Amino acid sequence: MGENSTPVWITGIGLLSSLGEGPEAHWQAMKSAKPQNIDSERFAPYTVHALGDVEWANQISRRDMRQMEPWQQIGTYTAGLALDDAKAKDDADLCGRMDMIIAAGGGERDAEVDADIMRDARTSNDRDALLAERLSNDLRPTLFLAQLSNLLAGNISIVHKVTGSSRTFMGEEGAGISAVKTAHARIASGQSDIVLVGGAFNSEREDMLLLYELGQYLAKGEQKPVWSRTEDATGVNPGSVGAFLVLESAEHARKRGVTPYAELDGVAADHGKREKGMVEARLDGAIAQLGNVSPTTILSGATGAGDITQCEKYWLANHFVESPVRAYGTMTGHALEAQFPLGIALAAIAAQKGEMFGPLEESESATPGDQTSILVTMLGHYRSEGLGLVKPVKV
Amino acid sequence: MTNSDQFIDHKGRPIVVVTGAGVVSSLGKGKEENWANLTSGKSGIHRINRFATEGLKTSVAGTVDFMDLKKLSAPALSLALAETAAEEAIMESGIEHGDFPGPLFLAAPPVEMEWQHRFELDAELSDTDVEGYARLLEASRATKHLEMYDLLQFNRTADILSEQFGTKGLPISLSTACASGATAVQLGVEAIRRGETGAALCVGTDGSVTTESLIRFSLLSALTTQNENPEKAAKPFSKDRDGFVMAEGAGALVLESLESAKSRGAEILAVLRGCGEKADHFHRTRSSPDGSPVIAAVTRALEDAGVNTDDVDYINAHGTSTPENDRMEYNSLKEVFGDRIHQTPISSNKSMIGHTLTAAGAIEAVFSVLTLKHGVIPPTINYDTPDPDIPLDVVPNEARQSKVTNVLSNSFGFGGQNACLVLSNNIV
Repeated sequence: MGENSTPVWITGIGLLSSLGEGPEAHWQAMKSAKPQNIDSERFAPYTVHALGDVEWANQISRRDMRQMEPWQQIGTYTAGLALDDAKAKDDADLCGRMDMIIAAGGGERDAEVDADIMRDARTSNDRDALLAERLSNDLRPTLFLAQLSNLLAGNISIVHKVTGSSRTFMGEEGAGISAVKTAHARIASGQSDIVLVGGAFNSEREDMLLLYELGQYLAKGEQKPVWSRTEDATGVNPGSVGAFLVLESAEHARKRGVTPYAELDGVAADHGKREKGMVEARLDGAIAQLGNVSPTTILSGATGAGDITQCEKYWLANHFVESPVRAYGTMTGHALEAQFPLGIALAAIAAQKGEMFGPLEESESATPGDQTSILVTMLGHYRSEGLGLVKPVKV
Repeated sequence: MTNSDQFIDHKGRPIVVVTGAGVVSSLGKGKEENWANLTSGKSGIHRINRFATEGLKTSVAGTVDFMDLKKLSAPALSLALAETAAEEAIMESGIEHGDFPGPLFLAAPPVEMEWQHRFELDAELSDTDVEGYARLLEASRATKHLEMYDLLQFNRTADILSEQFGTKGLPISLSTACASGATAVQLGVEAIRRGETGAALCVGTDGSVTTESLIRFSLLSALTTQNENPEKAAKPFSKDRDGFVMAEGAGALVLESLESAKSRGAEILAVLRGCGEKADHFHRTRSSPDGSPVIAAVTRALEDAGVNTDDVDYINAHGTSTPENDRMEYNSLKEVFGDRIHQTPISSNKSMIGHTLTAAGAIEAVFSVLTLKHGVIPPTINYDTPDPDIPLDVVPNEARQSKVTNVLSNSFGFGGQNACLVLSNNIV
């Protein structure tokens, strides 16, 4: 980072996924290298990484729960975990000036209402009239609020009182990259002391699966580790994930007396066409922005989608011959907007522990000891690329 | 004053200026047409003819129906509107077309699959008894739908704009509901102040009036039901206001550091002096009864701009024409401005163009730039029955000549979003 910029620390982590809840559960699960809550039946032929049981009431009142669809519940719950972890929860003054950047997609549909309308529309000779009548009568008035992208942030404000500022970024994996990058830049430049940043994704819904499958991006059949998805097995296994970070200037964290997990050293991002050689060229540019990087480990957010996953594999192999790679999506599934924040969170946990979990599949090589720098990669399944660098905090 | 001092503001940050602006609304394409209509008090609100409205409580809107589209959908229209506004803004700035030297911040409506798409997919398989989304999934497995897939990606609009205008880096698409346009500007200002870039393209666009979007706002009782005379439907600050009018459009601003603008010899249209924001935790659709978050957002914007309430010559109101917003906006402004608020002209562009939702903050920022440039304040039309509880100078029904130096532009949205901008024609 530049000499004049403030170090950005990760002082809180909130995680919820098929692997359970919280940093320690995720660390242990990653070490076990055994995915959990893999569901290949409910949405067959697709496989999703489903959430296990969650005690929602630990973070969200019953009354507020009723106002949210699952993706908002996952996000609001996980944001609460991150605030707890950063010792910021229930500190009204702190939350009242805390900035917030959320990476979000859209909310859930009422699948039953939609199915009924589609069925009736087949025989209708006036679809406009049918839509007007049925939507007016059948849509729950509050469903709209559970669909609006910025209402995850809205719910976090209501439930956890985070109100310094509130911005919602949209745009698949790139939204998660931009959210973390912007939060980092705000703190590093002194525009903000503390930022809650993250995203949430609910994989357990057919309308979301459809958005991928229009482009035939979903993996079919039995779940395979990310790098092993070749030829017919390529594709994405969506995973339900909430991933939130509390980022904070080192000075602010010291004043509050909180211990950091790690330093977020930098985030670089780019975007553009994906014709031959262009992704590699952008990645070359992005890695140069992070300085002279020689990562101990690479945590790859690889999605499993065909060409881009192979492209990443070769680029990493060319650039970082010595660095072992872990495609964490093998364990969590792919969580779109939440995938990059998830990778940063896992890197921060490893940096703090001073060790890395073992290979998640055969092609991943064994881990060296001390983690001096961890590179998180996120190549969107269709667009956008980002890199993040996480380092242990020198005490 | 040293050479570099002239480029920094009262807080030691790079001064941010506007060097290009573009707009599309139901009043027309481009600044000239919009400004002529806006200052002559013309309404762009009309009866909806895009889809049948029989049986709907609201049948008026400020849709933009003059764009040339191959196939109408919300993402396609939102893109076309954004392209038109951005093109105008970049042309005016004199920046080379196709090589914009900074990032794109795009406020765009959340992308959704539409009914036309569901019906299309639903009809593809005939020999199946599977219903609902499972049926659509089956159709997708049978045939790749790359065009529809692409259309429904949230980052598509930003992707195409960034490719077309040559903006740099990963473009940011954002939503803060009805404050989105202002947030896009705010993000541009912040990036320039951080020294990351000398320029930013900030765009707000919304072309999302569909049967379902209209019904959804209707179900929340947010829309006017005064359908008889569409041009009279939006009446901010009037006693008989009963909801907002959905509308479409786009606004675009080229922001630059003063230093970058001067070095190019660009014409400076206005100074983007300050931004303020504060989220509300009271309710999903309603503001805190004490107005404290709006008060904080306004106060922060003025403080960020280094402007006193006495220096504000005009307020471009959020002024949606809902009973709650206009009352809340007045009460909050009164807290900040005291009695001076009653002498400060304030008007709502939404009386003429309706509520352009995601685009509103950006469009109203463009209109604020034009207000500063021309010294003319656009009116609040349909102001026939003043609300005695809102004793404001709303610049009723007719535009007013007035020297304006500092404008406060307000944007508030569902989800507790409040963002305010201060624009000025005074560099220091």
